[in-house]
Amino acid sequence: MITYRERYKALKTKNEGALIPFTVLGDPDFKTSFEVIKTIIDNGADILELGMPFSDPIADGSTIQTADTRALENGIDIFKCMKLLKEIRKYSDIPIGLLMYSNLIMNYGLEEFYQKMDAMQINSVLVADMPLEESDEFVEIAHEHRVDTVFLVTPLTTKERLQEILGGCTGFVYLVARLGVTGARQDLQSSTLELIKRVRPQTDLPLNVGFGISEPEHVREVIKAGADGAIVGSALIRKIEKNLDNKEKMIKKIGDFVARMKDGTRA
Amino acid sequence: MKTGYYGKYGGKYVSEILMPAISELEKSFNELKENKNFQRDFAELLQKYVGRPSPITYCPQLTKELGAQIYLKREDLNHTGAHKINNALGQALLAKRIGKKRIIAETGAGQHGVAVATACAKLGLDCEVYMGEKDMERQKPNVFRMELMGAKVIPVSSGTKTLKDAINEALRDWSSSVETTHYLLGSVLGPHPFPEMVAYFQSVIGREARQQILEETNRLPEAVIACVGGGSNALGIFKGFLNDEKVKLIGVEAGGEGIETGKHAARFADSETGRLGIVHGTKTYVLQDKMGQIMNTHSVSAGLDYCAIGPEHSYLRDQNRASYTSVTDQECLEAFCLLSEKEGIIPALESAHAVAYAEKYAQNLNKEAIILINLSGRGDKDIFEVKKILDAG
Repeated sequence: MITYRERYKALKTKNEGALIPFTVLGDPDFKTSFEVIKTIIDNGADILELGMPFSDPIADGSTIQTADTRALENGIDIFKCMKLLKEIRKYSDIPIGLLMYSNLIMNYGLEEFYQKMDAMQINSVLVADMPLEESDEFVEIAHEHRVDTVFLVTPLTTKERLQEILGGCTGFVYLVARLGVTGARQDLQSSTLELIKRVRPQTDLPLNVGFGISEPEHVREVIKAGADGAIVGSALIRKIEKNLDNKEKMIKKIGDFVARMKDGTRA
Repeated sequence: MKTGYYGKYGGKYVSEILMPAISELEKSFNELKENKNFQRDFAELLQKYVGRPSPITYCPQLTKELGAQIYLKREDLNHTGAHKINNALGQALLAKRIGKKRIIAETGAGQHGVAVATACAKLGLDCEVYMGEKDMERQKPNVFRMELMGAKVIPVSSGTKTLKDAINEALRDWSSSVETTHYLLGSVLGPHPFPEMVAYFQSVIGREARQQILEETNRLPEAVIACVGGGSNALGIFKGFLNDEKVKLIGVEAGGEGIETGKHAARFADSETGRLGIVHGTKTYVLQDKMGQIMNTHSVSAGLDYCAIGPEHSYLRDQNRASYTSVTDQECLEAFCLLSEKEGIIPALESAHAVAYAEKYAQNLNKEAIILINLSGRGDKDIFEVKKILDAG
């Protein structure tokens, strides 16, 4: 397993930012999902952000919810997600961040879950519906098991709160590019660039920007503004959604898309 | 105890994106609940617009039938026909005070949506209501009611296309509109401060009821019985009697087709599926499968057809201050007919659950004991559905 620190150090020497594609584990099914993820890795992903499907993903937009539903309808559960993660680990030592909903972790058992993450060499876990206020126990247990913790910072995060959130982050900081839930969109708001500039001097941790990043140009802009990486979710998942009846085309589209987005990380 | 918790239940399990809105709401609510002008405005609306206080009604025929003194707290007589209006007006008034001009809400059967549309029309606020496509089909008259009052009803086609998904969509909307918009949640659920705030606005039910029953009978009831979906009408009436230790507080969940069938919405009745969990921002008892995915629920009454119970109910149950039970769709329908025939009051299917359990509970009481049932809403909305079921036999 490559650590975040190692990955960013290597990228820096190449003068590149990190491309971080996001997909839902098991979308649309176990086998295809593994193919999709291998394709993402082969076409230049620097880090993976992977979500376990949940029935009520309140922090995600409709594209990701639909992906969650597809996976769940095809029989994906937390054990199959872990099996898939194992396969991915066998295939690559790329850093992996997980996106979870708190109920899935609680139901699995907090201690057991993070122990498992450690054993499977998962780099970090972000719990989408858990603000800092509720996270003490999760953070403590995660760190006991050498799993990094990631929290979100948004354009509305106050100065004082920013300091507290940065205190809870160990892997990277997830900057929310716009108000709202995840989903691909046309242009990048100036508030996003301002946010990067505001947080940059406050921490040495990598800053990854997500929510609405859908074009190589968006990637280029956020890296230029001082971010270390760009997270691409909904725009990628749409390639799955649009090509459900043609797996070959799906894989090709995803490969091309990831390669194009990776270009955006090069200055 | 951490703020927003009832024992180990409650909290605010939402994305960081919603935290500024939640914090602002918490602060505003704490200020306004102490504010005399706000209290006066709210009380005036309840009196002159809703028609409060709602009376209590003695039921002589039902008393003869069941063998205990039966009283109803008549929330069905409120403007819009249910207790939901108390909370809708309270929160709309609060939203207006803090300068939010747009209100969004979720609705299942449409009762809360209608209450919110009403409050927004009255207070001059923009209103958009998220409603599952399936529910829109089942509850057409309520869709039209909302539209008549100027609200926009937004169909939700994700997931199960019902209440749970309407809440997901409303939370999503709020995530991108927090600066201009207030989310008017309809029950004692969701992230803090919603459970506390909704209970506060509904506590008028219990305050009135306690005074009324004392004035009329000179004693306290043996038991107060209310139906529990999220649990706002139940908590509203329970609040009036929490300190009267001898008064039993009983919540009635939707037993659907029977607990053993798995088709129900009784979070406390089935220890295999009803477990501690986190959904829609709060930690409480949640119906979920082995893997922690939230389950689909069933009840003949749309208002009780929900996967989670308000966190304060979970706490009251742990404290043995309130107890919870369930009745089936069938028992609910029988009580619906019984109250209509014997007392000339058609109850909402939700409230009929409370009547159905009162029937069972009365068997163990002496004739003089008083049972106070919270009749949370009227049943006009349900008559076609009930006819369909009765005709099908």
